[in-house]
This record gives sequence, structure tokens and C-alpha cells, in this order.
Amino acid sequence: MLAQGLGITVIIVVLIYLTLNIYLGVLGYMRTKSSEDYLVAGRSVHPFVMAMSYGATFISTSAIVGFGGVAGLFGMSVLWLTVFNIFIGIFIAFVFFAPRTRRMGHHLNAHTFPEFLARRFQSKFIQVFSGSVIFLFTPLYAAAVLIGGSVFMASSFGVDYNVALLVFSVIIAAYVVVGGLKGVMYSDALQGTIMFIGMFVMLIFCYKQLGGVTAAHEKLSAIAPLVPGSLRSIGHQGWTAMPKFGWGAPEYNLWWIVISTITMGVGIGVLAQPQLVVRFMTVKSRRELNRATLIGGVFIIVMTGVAFTVGALSNAWFSEFGPEMTGRVVKVIDVEKNLAVLQLMKQNDVEQWVDVEGKSAPVKLSSLDQEPITTDFDGNVVNIQKGRSISIVYAKGSADEIVPSYITNAMPKWFGLVFLLTLLSAAMSTLSSQFHTVGTSIGRDVYEQTVKGHGKSTTITRIGVIVGIIYAVIISYYARESTFIARATAIFFGLCASAFLPAFIGGLFWKKMTRAGAISSIIVGFIVTTFWLSFIKDKEASAIGLCEKMFGKTSLLLDSPNWPVVDPILIALPISAAVAIIVSLMTTPPSKEHLDKCFK
Amino acid sequence: MLGIEDKGVLAAYLLCLLSAGLCVIYGIINWNKGDESVDPDDVKWAKTEKQVEEDL
Repeated sequence: MLAQGLGITVIIVVLIYLTLNIYLGVLGYMRTKSSEDYLVAGRSVHPFVMAMSYGATFISTSAIVGFGGVAGLFGMSVLWLTVFNIFIGIFIAFVFFAPRTRRMGHHLNAHTFPEFLARRFQSKFIQVFSGSVIFLFTPLYAAAVLIGGSVFMASSFGVDYNVALLVFSVIIAAYVVVGGLKGVMYSDALQGTIMFIGMFVMLIFCYKQLGGVTAAHEKLSAIAPLVPGSLRSIGHQGWTAMPKFGWGAPEYNLWWIVISTITMGVGIGVLAQPQLVVRFMTVKSRRELNRATLIGGVFIIVMTGVAFTVGALSNAWFSEFGPEMTGRVVKVIDVEKNLAVLQLMKQNDVEQWVDVEGKSAPVKLSSLDQEPITTDFDGNVVNIQKGRSISIVYAKGSADEIVPSYITNAMPKWFGLVFLLTLLSAAMSTLSSQFHTVGTSIGRDVYEQTVKGHGKSTTITRIGVIVGIIYAVIISYYARESTFIARATAIFFGLCASAFLPAFIGGLFWKKMTRAGAISSIIVGFIVTTFWLSFIKDKEASAIGLCEKMFGKTSLLLDSPNWPVVDPILIALPISAAVAIIVSLMTTPPSKEHLDKCFK
Repeated sequence: MLGIEDKGVLAAYLLCLLSAGLCVIYGIINWNKGDESVDPDDVKWAKTEKQVEEDL
């Protein structure tokens, strides 16, 4: 069944690609070409390899499929996240954070993010608490990555989502267990290169099909009136326009979703991603980081910039070239632009036209023919029209399906295979480092620090990896809400930022930051974020269900417009930063000896 | 400009390109700067890291 669904060519190409990845992993291992070996030998990892490896870990299927789909729904305003991805995620991270992280990490002999914070602030509690948080929440992000790949596989190759999830999970688990956890950067770099090529080809195709850059954007602007009423009511003004800005009314909700959750939650959160921070320590000198800044900036714009632009432009493509829909006009939106709402209809067994119950779609009509052409089931004369709709309609209402639908419909068949490899690459590189982080957080950070007279944590670490994989697959199986990928990613990124970023920044740049300041900031950031997600942020709180059980409503601020869509990062990060500063100023700074060791 | 009338979205589109350009210019200017010698802490870290990797 699987062979029929996927096709033998796809299976062979995927198997060859996976073998190549594992071969590179093993080759790198045998020839001791891991980043650590380079460092031991005093040589440098090639900056291209370092940047591609970081980029491939940074960018996952979540960014391409999940956030690309969000752009398909909300429009090009999501490009603000790309601005943050490049400026904060690459420039600020590589130029300001990475050099200090590398030096301090080496002086303190830290090998995980919790261990880095713990040694900087001389606190075992920080390591255990941070390790636990990372162990518990990383699988949520991993699930988002798994879903991204599985949704594409299901949609493009016509297999059931659960079958796709199983196949994708087995491939990833095999890769992770066989060799993906080794710190060999070559397989990461290969994956990054495949991703780069796949996304670049997609961009060229998209703009070419729509008549060039300016023409494509103009076509997208022209169909703004097709924005569904449900999105219009929260401030959507078209796919090339920012949502309405303001406070205190539901029509401003979308602005707060795009800016607070998508742009700030994810854009800032990248600075405190455990699996990315450790990458900074693997380079030999600042020079490699300088060089990687160049490659990283180009890589990210071709990843998220393309995903978000093409995601939004998919609306223009579908409205021009998408499969035609048939129905009767129930509302004319714009006579000049030929835009209308169709009640979708189909022919029954005796070739009479009947309404498809509850199915209507905003469309760009294919012709101007206004003559009644047939009668319906009750004998009434109806004007049957054909038209093409917007992405979310073809994606059956799920934003996560927009990019897969676009690839399936708009791109040549062979590109589906290239894109599958792109997504496999994106998933493998991100997931292997995520599960690496999950394993070390429970083994090195929690077990070794809490169990007295512990042996080696290897077994616990390996069990941690397997538990993490199973946990992520279970979440992927149950969580099928429209924008789950983007939400789960935003939760993880936001949580990391609120809990760890003030301590991380303070640790790197502020000698007066104290252990008490760091501990209280981490705890406050974590508590405020989880409180906000459980009791204020409407969507997440209703999924958790605690607020409804205790108070009979999905958000404590349900009656106060905009608050239920504000991301926790806007509240939790300033509070945890303020706590870090105030408590540090009130407590005794670390010894000069320790600071000299950290900052030498 | 570029078929995008909304200033907020146009700014995001252009800032994406400018940020990537900033990374490229920074990378070119500093391509050969910042080489550091490997000190004992670096080697110690790398050896421990290799052990952590192998344990996995």
C-alpha cells in the first residue's frame, strides 16, 4: 500500500538519500571529522559547513511548512519574522552572543545549555531545573517538526496522515539512532545544501509562474477582497498588507498574533534555544563565526524568506491557476475584479445541480458569463459559475496543509520529490539535535546532578532520547489543529526566551548578575509563561483545559479584547528580566576569582 | 514599490534583504579577522565533548 502511495521511485530516492546521510555520518565518525576533533587538532571547521549545520538545525519543517502555511493564511506581514530570524537569529547571535558563549563555555567546560548556565552561576539547581524544562518541552517542538514532514508526505503522495507519520517517524528515529546524534557536521551541511537548493528553486518557479516579482505581488494585492470574513473580523486586510493595528477591539487580534506570537515569540526565542547555543562552542575561533555570519544570513533568507513569501503568494497562484470550483454566486464581492462568494454545487446521479451542504468559497470567477445555464434540483433556474479560490480553501481549512497543497498543485511532479528531500533534511538536522538535547538534559543535567554516586549517565541519556521520540510521535498523532505547528514552535521558543534569556544575557555580559538573580529570573519566567498559557492565552488555555475546569471559561481575560491573543513572551520576558536585574542588585555578586575564570 | 503598497509589509520585505545584506557585508569585511590560537581549555572542552557524543 505504501509502495503504491509513494511510488517506487520516491522510495528508492529517499533510501539512497538516507544511506548517503548515514554514510557521511559514519565516514565522519571513522575519520574522526567531528567538530571536536577539529578543535583538538587546532584546525577549523569550514565556515560553510558550520553555517549550513547551524542553519539546518535552526530551520526545520516547522518553519517551512508550518509558518509558510501561516503566511498563506495571514499574508506577507509574517515576513517580520524573517527580519528577526536574520537580524537576531544570525547577526546578533553570531556577532555578539556566539563569541562569548564559545569562550565562556570552553573555560567552564560546559557541554549543554543548562550546564553552561549552572557553571556560570555556580548553581546545581539551575542545571536540574533547566534540564527538566528542556526535557519536558523540547518534544513539543519536535512534534511540530514531525507533523510538518508528515503532512507534506500525506498530502503529496496521497497516503493517510497516520501512515505518513509512522513512515516519517521511523526514518527519523533510524537516522537519529544510527548516526544522527554524532556531532558530525558534514551530514548537517549536506542537508542544509539540499534545503537551500529546494527552497531556491521554489522561489524562482513561484515568481516566474506569476509573471515576475512586482506582477506577483500586484496579483496578490488585487485579491485582498477574497479574505474570508472570519479573518477580516480580526483585522486581516489582505495578503500584502499589515493587519489592523490597535488595542481594545477584536479587529486588532491578528496584529497581536502576527507581531507578539509569530514575530517576537519565535524571533527572539531563537537566542535561547538550547540546541543552537551549544553549536557556538564547536568552532575554533571568532573568525569562523564571522564567516558563518555571511553564509547564515543568505541561508535564512532563502529558507524562511522564501517559505513565507511563497506561502502568501500561493493565494495568487490558486486564484489564477488553481483547480476550478463550481457553484452559484451567493454574494458579489467586487464586480470589476470579478470576485464573488460561491455556494459550491455538484451534480447528483441524475445530473441535477445540488448544493454541497455548508460549503462556500470566496473565488475569482473564471468568466463573466452571467446567463442562467441550468436548473437545480427543485427546478429553479440557477446561474452556475466556475471560479478559483484562495489557499486555505484548497488546504481544506488547515494552514499546515497550504504549502503541501501548493507544491502538489503548482510545482512539477519531480519537484515534489526534491521538496520531500528538502523537508527530510530539515527534519533530520533539527530533530537529531533536539533529541540530542533531550537525551543530555535528562542524563547529564538531571540524572548526574541529582543521583548520588551515579554511574555513567549513558543509559539514562539513551532512554531519554527514546522517550523523547515516542513522546513527540504521540503528540503528533493527537495534535491536528489547523495551526498547531506554528503554535507549538512559538510555545517552545517563547518559553525558552522568557525562562532562560535574561540569565543567558546576564551571564554573558553582566558581571554583577548573581546566582539568586539568575535562579529567580528562570523560575519567574517559567511560571509566568505557563500561567499565561494555561489561563490567559485563549487557544492554548482551551487546549490545556485547566482554566475551563476551574473557572468555566477558556481565558480569564476572555471579555477583554486582545489580551487572550497576546503572547506570553511580551509579559513574561520583561518580568523575568526585571527580576534578574532587581534581585542581582540586591544580592552579593560572584567572587572575582570565578568571574575571572568565566571572562578570561 | 515592488507591487506592495502597504508600508509595513514593504518595510519587512526590504528589511529581510537588508539584514541578509548586512550579514554578507559583515562577513566579507571580517572574513580573515578574529583567528585565535587554541588554548588548553579549548582542547579540554573538545575532548570532553567528544566523550559526551560517544556516550550517545
